[in-house]
Amino acid sequence: MRAWHFTEMPYPNLPPLEDLSTMRVSLANKHFDPKIGADLYNRYLDEYMIADDLGLDLLCNEHHQTATCIDVAAPLTAAILARQTSKGRICILGNPIANRGDPIRIAEEMAMIDCISKGRLDVGFVRGVPYEVFAANSNPTETVDRLWEGIDLCVKAWGAVDEPFNFEGRFTHRRAVNLWPRPYQTPHPAIWMTGSSDLENIKKAAARGYVFATFLQPHTKVKWMFDAYRSAYNDTGLPGGGGTAYMPLVFTADTEEEAEKGARELTWYLNAKTEPQYRNPPGYVPVDFNVNALKGTFTGRTDAMRAKTMEFLKEEGVMVYGTPDSVAKQIKRLYELVGGFDHLLMMQQAGWLDHTRTVKSMSLFAKEVYPQIKDLARTQPLNTKAAAE
Amino acid sequence: MSGSGNVQKITVAGLAIEIERRGSGRPLVLLASEEQLENGAAFIDDLAKKFEVIMPAAPGFGTSDRPDWLANPNDLSYVMLDVIDALDLKDVTLVGFSLGGWIAAEMAIKSTARIAKLVLVDAYGVKIGGAWDRDIMDIWTSLPAKVAAAKWANPENGKRDFSVMDDAQLTAVARNMESFARFCWSPYMHNPNLRHRLHRVNVPTLFIWGEKDGITPLAYGEAYSKLVPGAKFVKIANAGHYPHLEATDAFMSALNGFIN
Repeated sequence: MRAWHFTEMPYPNLPPLEDLSTMRVSLANKHFDPKIGADLYNRYLDEYMIADDLGLDLLCNEHHQTATCIDVAAPLTAAILARQTSKGRICILGNPIANRGDPIRIAEEMAMIDCISKGRLDVGFVRGVPYEVFAANSNPTETVDRLWEGIDLCVKAWGAVDEPFNFEGRFTHRRAVNLWPRPYQTPHPAIWMTGSSDLENIKKAAARGYVFATFLQPHTKVKWMFDAYRSAYNDTGLPGGGGTAYMPLVFTADTEEEAEKGARELTWYLNAKTEPQYRNPPGYVPVDFNVNALKGTFTGRTDAMRAKTMEFLKEEGVMVYGTPDSVAKQIKRLYELVGGFDHLLMMQQAGWLDHTRTVKSMSLFAKEVYPQIKDLARTQPLNTKAAAE
Repeated sequence: MSGSGNVQKITVAGLAIEIERRGSGRPLVLLASEEQLENGAAFIDDLAKKFEVIMPAAPGFGTSDRPDWLANPNDLSYVMLDVIDALDLKDVTLVGFSLGGWIAAEMAIKSTARIAKLVLVDAYGVKIGGAWDRDIMDIWTSLPAKVAAAKWANPENGKRDFSVMDDAQLTAVARNMESFARFCWSPYMHNPNLRHRLHRVNVPTLFIWGEKDGITPLAYGEAYSKLVPGAKFVKIANAGHYPHLEATDAFMSALNGFIN
């Protein structure tokens, strides 16, 4: 089991949240003070460097036009970390390839970061959450197809070492593609993907040996997705680079009381407000989901999570918090409940959680929890027959 | 479709297209709005007394096919031209509402061989202002209540009771919303080239516009109409984006004055 430090780089210094209708897409950027932003960027990067010193791996992502995440270019963060850290793996989870629209540029950037970091890069690709289509102005009905076409093009570009190639696809047309540099890792860094409901996509990721990651879901749903992933490779065992990853909110403290206080601050992320029109743009989810939405029986993940108590979220494995022994126990329980997993992605910082307490929590985790879970075997093979049923 | 006419499927360009036909007489091809609220509306029965009203559902709407190669209303217009060819319709009165109006305009710039008259009702399709101007309200970044207030002179008129719809009807509603975004997301609600081709429309054309339309405002409609040689423009009081549904009598009077 590998453990990863993660923050979305939030900008919490906002007017009272009850006065805002949204923190995403259309919150006026007069609320962003560049001086505060400068301090926050440097602080979050410092925390990644501390995580690296502590032996944790480093996970970053990007969003746009939102106070919940001011990392707007994960490749920039990864490039800084490639140069300023020396040990940990660096994973971008991920490149919003459907929204960026230039897969070859992404392939180049990843190759360069992989070289600077001397092969410490893992490359994630994501479709992007619903509200991202507004900032990118990408057609919400096409992002799944754009995602896969873009991944195919990146993989081809990384591996095409002998001669340039042309590509005339549905969304991208390129001529004489010839990456300089090519990735440090041959043929290319491990590829990661995310998902939350589309089982076909999960199986497709598994069949290609990509790591599958999912965030902040109840453990029964995590198992359902991990089972689908495992069912796609049960005959041949884990393909190279594959595996599963899960992200809860994680806070480790000396006492249960302190842990609960810290964990409560992390729930800032779950409470981020978004106006309704940004949550489910037309065509983002399949027609049958929207039929259920019209019937009132389908609601988004964070809406469902927001309504729950912290105790419930802990029980579901969405939040992991407590003393080091308690955190280790919760992770082992979660590991058993979902059939094992390979990567623990920890959102250890969110909202107003300050530098001192963030570092305290991640240090306690690295020193007292990590040794207890490090040797957990990777994702268990799935019983073929059970998966078929 | 929820109307009471004869519903059939025909195949054109390899696509199964759903068509409802009502009444008898000269052909009136009616291209519905993106929400297909015209299906089952009472004014269709009035039209069917004098015309054969033919309502093909554009690809992606109702139960008509939507292959990936169709990207925008320009593409849809070829399929709709194929439909009137396949049905061998002549001297067609072509009436389009909202997105259906855009598709009708895209058809008329390509061929009016089978089209006798053109009516565009609160249609999308052109860009009037410059790069910094928002000609058409952005319905996808606006709060749903604001969209309703812009679309209807009286937003109560736009309320729909989804609880009484069966799965087939709800599937059509969800599919229509999705296809609307597929074809109109960007460039938003317009084809940059359409305005430069509207001079080709060589049949009598009438624009009918809701005076209180907050989605495609009156000034947009007036400017749009000036791009079609000789086009007439009629505004309808106390109506928003769907004047045929909110001020049906005034709408029918304007329409009948032109098509009869």
